[in-house]
Amino acid sequence: MKILTTRMEAHPTDSHTLERYLETDGYQAARKALTTMTPEAVHEEAKASSLRGRGGAGFPCGVKWGFLPPDTRPRYLVINGDESEPGTFKDRQLLERDPHQLIEGIIIAAYAIDVHDAYVYIRGEYPKPARRLERAIAEAYEAGYLGQNIFGSGFDLDVTLHLGAGAYICGEETALLNSLEGKRGEPRIKPPFPAIEGLYGKPTIVNNVETISNIPWIVANGGAAYAAIGPEGSSGTRLFSLSGHVRKPGNYEIVMGMTFREFIDEYGGGVREDREVKCFIPGGASAPWFTGDQLDIPITIDDVGNAGSMLGSGAIVVMDETTNVVEAAHSIVSFFAHESCGQCTPCREGTSWLEMVLARILRGEGRPVDLDLLLDVSDNIAPGLGWPPKMTTICPLGPSAVSPITSILRNFRSEVEAMIPAGVANG
Amino acid sequence: MTDWTTSPQVERILSAYPDKKSAVMPLLYVAMTEYGYLTDEAIQKVARLVGMTSVQVSSVATFYTMYKRQPVGTYLVSVCTSISCGLLGAKGVLDSIADEAGVPPGETDDAGQVSVEHVECIGACGGAPALQVNYELIEGVTPDQGRALVQWLRSATPPLINGDEMQALFGGQRSFDWGPPDPTGAVGPVPALEGLGSTGEAP
Repeated sequence: MKILTTRMEAHPTDSHTLERYLETDGYQAARKALTTMTPEAVHEEAKASSLRGRGGAGFPCGVKWGFLPPDTRPRYLVINGDESEPGTFKDRQLLERDPHQLIEGIIIAAYAIDVHDAYVYIRGEYPKPARRLERAIAEAYEAGYLGQNIFGSGFDLDVTLHLGAGAYICGEETALLNSLEGKRGEPRIKPPFPAIEGLYGKPTIVNNVETISNIPWIVANGGAAYAAIGPEGSSGTRLFSLSGHVRKPGNYEIVMGMTFREFIDEYGGGVREDREVKCFIPGGASAPWFTGDQLDIPITIDDVGNAGSMLGSGAIVVMDETTNVVEAAHSIVSFFAHESCGQCTPCREGTSWLEMVLARILRGEGRPVDLDLLLDVSDNIAPGLGWPPKMTTICPLGPSAVSPITSILRNFRSEVEAMIPAGVANG
Repeated sequence: MTDWTTSPQVERILSAYPDKKSAVMPLLYVAMTEYGYLTDEAIQKVARLVGMTSVQVSSVATFYTMYKRQPVGTYLVSVCTSISCGLLGAKGVLDSIADEAGVPPGETDDAGQVSVEHVECIGACGGAPALQVNYELIEGVTPDQGRALVQWLRSATPPLINGDEMQALFGGQRSFDWGPPDPTGAVGPVPALEGLGSTGEAP
């Protein structure tokens, strides 16, 4: 069962073109919505689908749309294509290989929530996906699917592509809105949430590329049909990015519910050189790691959450038995230290301290007290070190840097200790 | 040189948003294409266009890694060292590229030809280790291929950086099937997008 990648698999040479899109029922769902359905009816289908956001937070899409205050105009729709979570590369494929699917989803969503200006924010490091979408938008305007009086329905919609410039934090929705307003990409304090006060202070819905790419199918086939796919709470198919020490890394669209072991073996071809899985990240660099004995956890939002991590952006990173976990943790902590926007002290200072302490352990200059120091600094960022983390910061970036720390110290403490040279004083 | 600030392209960018301050990011890219990097004059002109002060524009520009306030080489080689690339040997790729270029990461060679930098995740984790030249992607790169890439940039001096060409010459495992060839590429160390006027096309 596939929804998102059907066209690109059947037509690998031209799935991104308008011609092919139209030959494969493209824009029929948008036509159906705009010419035969009320906006409320479209919104009902989105709610009935139980589609949960694919960007990381997993919030139900239809419910989010419902938070818009009824009377305030204009409203905006912003598509989050700032895909930057280490391990994640699914939106890149959707943008490159099927950009019209996203545009059609935008048209339908905009109609449902009465929006006439939509913005697609794509990370600056994605010029090729951005070019594909840029051309697709131009094709859609030329064909009359964007602009004035779409399908003769009286509905108008403009879509503007906006390129980021290298800042992971802009994937956080309020940072993205600030960036789009021409400011530094610093997250805003919530509430107010964007649905109430978003772009230019107006009610705004921010949805991920993959989330909105599902909307044409949902309107064509009905929300109930979508909800019937997969286990309760994790409806529909989902595009997972698999990387690390597997034979066949890649993006794989699956129905949720299979175990990580099944996914890694069946789709990823197993671990390279038949090695054992030492640990794996179930949902992008922000997520706490699972160990090899947790491979039989089912891939659902709730099962992963109950086991103390998150499915996040759908990025699964596999580390085999040869992995130096301190090196891996250092890579992730360095990432967050590099990407911290600097607004909140626990994150700005804490992520850099974590990076420095891990770096000195890697250099063979660690002290016995450094393990507790790592936990102490982490506790200042995310008090109690639980999951989901308690927050001392405006956004979850800081607590994300704690995930690899608790992961290695809870599961591989003796390995970390073994990297501390004997006879070193705590000084 | 004609005044780039009055070009139809700049007008189009300014009119794309209800508030012209939103145009600051695309206009900074246009200015980088114009000047090679963000000179003080570039910052001032963008500030005037969007109705901000130079300090405000500079504050925005320095927030994002892709806006360069210092001169950059003709070819900006950005090597990803985040987790998936790191697990598959990115450090070795970065080291060999920096060694061949003769500069540490973050710097540009004396000829102004090649800049090397380490970058965080570029969304090519299935094709790790990955890198970009002027933001065009190569996936599945070995340290030796990285070295050969730098030699090629210096000897062939390609006027257009095209991802398909580089992938065929120096790449390996990809994140996914890239689909049909894309003749478009980058003409400088600025992301190649038609709306920014930064693209070129292979003959």
